[in-house]
Amino acid sequence: MSGPVPRAAGGRGLLVAAIPYLWLLAFFLAPFLIVLRIALSDAATDQPPYAPHFLGFDALGEFLAGLDLENFRLLGEDALYWQSYLSSLRIAGLTTLIALALGYPLAYAMAMAPKRWQGILLLLVILPFWTSFLIRVYAWIGILRPEGLLDMALGWLGLANEPLRLLNTDTAVLIGMVYSYLPFMVLPLYTTLQKLDGTLVEAAADLGATPLTIFRTVTLPLSLPGILAGSALVFIPAIGEFVIPDLLGGPDTLMVGKVLWSEFFSNRDWPLASAVAIVLLIVLVLPLVLLQRAGRAAR
Amino acid sequence: MRRFGSFHLAALVLGFAFLYLPIVALIAYSFNASRLVTVWGGFSTHWYVALFNNQPLLDAAWLTIRVALVSATLAAGLGTLAALALTRYRSFAGRTLFSGMVLAPLVMPEVITGLSLLLLFVAGDVERGYWTVVVAHATFSLGFACIVVQARLAGFDRSLEEAARDLGATPVTTFFTVTLPLIWPAVLAAWMLAFTLSLDDLVIASFTSGPGATTLPMRLYSAIRLGVSPEINAACTIMIGAVAVAVIAASLLLKREALAGEKG
Repeated sequence: MSGPVPRAAGGRGLLVAAIPYLWLLAFFLAPFLIVLRIALSDAATDQPPYAPHFLGFDALGEFLAGLDLENFRLLGEDALYWQSYLSSLRIAGLTTLIALALGYPLAYAMAMAPKRWQGILLLLVILPFWTSFLIRVYAWIGILRPEGLLDMALGWLGLANEPLRLLNTDTAVLIGMVYSYLPFMVLPLYTTLQKLDGTLVEAAADLGATPLTIFRTVTLPLSLPGILAGSALVFIPAIGEFVIPDLLGGPDTLMVGKVLWSEFFSNRDWPLASAVAIVLLIVLVLPLVLLQRAGRAAR
Repeated sequence: MRRFGSFHLAALVLGFAFLYLPIVALIAYSFNASRLVTVWGGFSTHWYVALFNNQPLLDAAWLTIRVALVSATLAAGLGTLAALALTRYRSFAGRTLFSGMVLAPLVMPEVITGLSLLLLFVAGDVERGYWTVVVAHATFSLGFACIVVQARLAGFDRSLEEAARDLGATPVTTFFTVTLPLIWPAVLAAWMLAFTLSLDDLVIASFTSGPGATTLPMRLYSAIRLGVSPEINAACTIMIGAVAVAVIAASLLLKREALAGEKG
């Protein structure tokens, strides 16, 4: 990538980056620091007046003394909060597994399909991603609600006469999540499976491997990068999801996104909502790091 | 040779049935004459007429489109600049922080983005409304726009730019006469992605919007909370139709562009 004209290294890059850089400093980093500050504020009055002195940095000392971990302590003490984190992780994990189980055969079949179909099949997977999230969730309300389309279909088939009462349960949340995030799982899987070298499969077959053995020893290991990428794309946004648990879940569906929303909008406890957000970010960063490690190991 | 068998066909049919049946059902029931969603009362376009007389809904739709147009333009512009900075310049002061800030919104839950921007606007004593939503949407779709443009820049032939520079063009002239014409399909795709992200967003808009600036997803959300109604189905059908037409048109356009590029 070396051109005939030596390029000025530092200065011009910063010049091109300047506008988006300043924008992000103002509207991404600054808000984030404010969240951190507010999460640590709203000091309890009985806090012992502890003012550490850092070599005359009185201002800094006062600033640190003003911070308090009250909100974070509450997150640890009140079962509602840590249970909502656990429940979010559980629902996101289940969503990922089900999306993988459904998405893998679909992606595999797409990759196997005749070349002239592949463009249209890809478009069909991407299209739901462009349609509104809210609409896709709403479509499931009509299906899952009592005497909705699912109950009607089951009654018509003679499979069930009682309403299933799926709406406002964790099952409904799972269905909605899998439905909404399935394209995110299928796309990276399709990309890796499509690039998979067919001669390897043929070689294994020539050597007498059964289709199941071929899948287990050739196809599956080679598609691991796609599995990891798809899982990350489903798992990470699923943890912080708000719309699906709110509309499809019931009053006992606990998810962090919902807790944060109601702390903010219903209880109007901004410092606590900020603390919930900070802990959620920590919960999100951990699996990302682990996935990155796993991805590096797979390569 | 790998064979496309009945197992593959079944996987395709079941997979796409799962993806599309809910949407088909939703569209079908928007043409239901009966208000009861469970009873089919015959074909009717009644709910579409009702929709066009629902002034608050139309106002919300118009506001949403205005927000999306401006925020997508901002996001595509900023995202293109960010992509250029990240692909062209391997080292500049604060590059790591910069790329982190560009990519973080991709994995950031919407509730956190919304909350943090609201707290910024409150701290800055900014009156919330149209512009705060525009800024919020541009910020969260910037990263998506950047990735789309970056992908295009990765396979970019730098010798064309160098030729222009050798012939005496200034960097700015080179950008507008060589670089931009070559990457415009990616910039357009980035703009479209940012546009739909903005149209779609409920959570960030709910945090950053103020009184008098209710977007369409916000209005739909409060209507959905009250229950299922054929009028919501009709509104959803129009949105689905608009998006389907736009996506198919764009993909045809990009395909033609790609074909023309191969020939040229």
